[in-house]
Amino acid sequence: MIVHIVVCIKQVPETRDVAMDPEKGVLRRAEVAGKLNPFDLYALEAAVRIKEKLSGRVTAITMGPPQAEEVIRESFLMGADRGVLLSDPAFAGADTLATAFTLARGIGRLDSPDLIICGVQTTDGDTGQVGPGVAEFLGLPHVSYVRAIRKATREGLVMEQDLGDQVAVVSLPYPCLITVDKGIGQPRLPSFRRFLETKDYPVITWGYKELSGGDEVYFGLEGSPTQVERIFPPKVEREHVVFTDGDLARQLYQKLLELKFVG
Amino acid sequence: MARLLIDHDRCNRCGLCVDACPFAALTMEDEVIVGDGCQLCRICIEECPQGAMAIRGELEDKQDTSSYQGVMIVAETIGGRIHPVTYELIGKGSELAAAAKQEVSCLLIGHNLGTQAEKLLSYGLDWVYLCDHPALAHFRIEPYTACLAAAVDKAKPSTVLVGATPIGRSLAPRAAVRLRTGLTADCTMLEVRPDGELVQIRPAFGGNIMAQIVTRHHRPQMATVRYRVMEPARPGPPRGKVISLDLPDSQLASAIQVLEVTPKPQEESITDAKVIVAGGRGLKRKQDLELLRTLARSLGGQIASTRPLVEMGWVEHNRQIGLSGRTVRPQLLIACGISGAVQFAAGIGGCQTVVAINKDPQAPIFNVAHYGFVGDLYEIIPRLLTHLGKGGGIDALCQADL
Repeated sequence: MIVHIVVCIKQVPETRDVAMDPEKGVLRRAEVAGKLNPFDLYALEAAVRIKEKLSGRVTAITMGPPQAEEVIRESFLMGADRGVLLSDPAFAGADTLATAFTLARGIGRLDSPDLIICGVQTTDGDTGQVGPGVAEFLGLPHVSYVRAIRKATREGLVMEQDLGDQVAVVSLPYPCLITVDKGIGQPRLPSFRRFLETKDYPVITWGYKELSGGDEVYFGLEGSPTQVERIFPPKVEREHVVFTDGDLARQLYQKLLELKFVG
Repeated sequence: MARLLIDHDRCNRCGLCVDACPFAALTMEDEVIVGDGCQLCRICIEECPQGAMAIRGELEDKQDTSSYQGVMIVAETIGGRIHPVTYELIGKGSELAAAAKQEVSCLLIGHNLGTQAEKLLSYGLDWVYLCDHPALAHFRIEPYTACLAAAVDKAKPSTVLVGATPIGRSLAPRAAVRLRTGLTADCTMLEVRPDGELVQIRPAFGGNIMAQIVTRHHRPQMATVRYRVMEPARPGPPRGKVISLDLPDSQLASAIQVLEVTPKPQEESITDAKVIVAGGRGLKRKQDLELLRTLARSLGGQIASTRPLVEMGWVEHNRQIGLSGRTVRPQLLIACGISGAVQFAAGIGGCQTVVAINKDPQAPIFNVAHYGFVGDLYEIIPRLLTHLGKGGGIDALCQADL
């Protein structure tokens, strides 16, 4: 028996340096090539390490426009064995719920995975909501913010979960979903050997036709409960105050109180 | 199906939309053509000076939104005590509820939390829904989601606010999917419209852009809210009531086994630190670093330094900030006796708040600091520590709760 691992990945803009012209209220964005979401490198690394230890198979899955195939190819170079691209104009404009739904539908078509791994969040949306959403749509338990996998067996995982001020060590049997943070281990570099091995690997593409069906569908903008009303530049409120007189210690303390660094 | 439409009569073919499209989905031929890559991100709509672009095909009313009223806060606990983000959510939630003349409630999940539930009432809440069970002693996703779903089912709140902490960011998206409603992550601003619609504002693309988001046709409107952004509620005379919510055992089951929970050791690397107290040549002796260490400790932070102190062997190299050291991006940096040479300033561009203490009013550090204090660090810091002794950092906030 081999362990079947699915890794959810996303193509994100190359740079977060999108800026807005505060006077015109428009976006200034020169070029935006796509790259693999950096957090997904850790998800892939975690998956490939488990595969190497236990003998398994890794499937990378993404939702996006046709060019998102590039990140599937990149996942092959790190050790993914199979790639699935969910792409259809009907999927466009999806919020986190519709994205989670679409990914869950895609994963549902794969031969029952034991483990699903997501990066903790993406660098464009920064929400971290899709992983837990996929788990809920699939009815699987999940653990978010996994910072280390202590033990991986054919039955399940023992891992460290980051709870902010605390760390929990938890065990969870398969099937389950986890989202992993950077502590998981340095992602390996893409290898040229893998490039040669995988350049003929097919990427399976599924669209609306393959994923629709059933009573309840949440695809794209129509299936998204949230709507973006507008985007605007952040107010540049760079405070600049210099205190020269009086009880400086007290004024500094007041400032720290005001900024909520002390309470 | 929703699509991007272009009004070709209005379009003046300026091409701004083509340049702005992050997905290279627009091309300019005789007219602007929308390709398959369109993600309906709306960036071109914002960009278009002619107002010629729009998205059509959004769904109409799906749910009766008027049967949902009031604001529900999901409390977070840490080691059996209320996490301070909870009071901030109550502060904001009360404001939103008051604007719509509605009730504000709180959901508290855990074990042996009776006293904490009573205590929450003194923050102006109308109701505290308490899920108290040994199976809830630790955060485990399945039962916690069940509790939140049950509380929403019972109270039918129009808005649900959750802390954007690791726990909140795990729980809220799962619950939102179960409730088939919208969730906006990491909100920094929230307002309510007269019809009860919640206007949710959050940073995107690493804070380079703000997005204004609504959940038009689904209830409750869910949002996670950044910690340390909203004003916390102040305690007063209690008026509300605690209601116990009991879930069937089947809903309290979890596949997750919590083996151990330990407090996180203080961050080891200054690049991850949330608070940094940095020293420079204004320090007279190596022993005086203890002053900075004490300050850092009371703010839950770490110490760092400029290059000269590292060269003198006072501070380890991995604590050096600047061009030849580390780049840091804490929420708070207090620069003590640091002149602020460009080599140092290069390493602190990402800091949220920079406080500088320096005797020399001409020191360049005052140009990059948000708050400058012209004075002697040997006078200011000891007296600041006395003030802090009374207050304390986040630990003290939690402890004050015991």
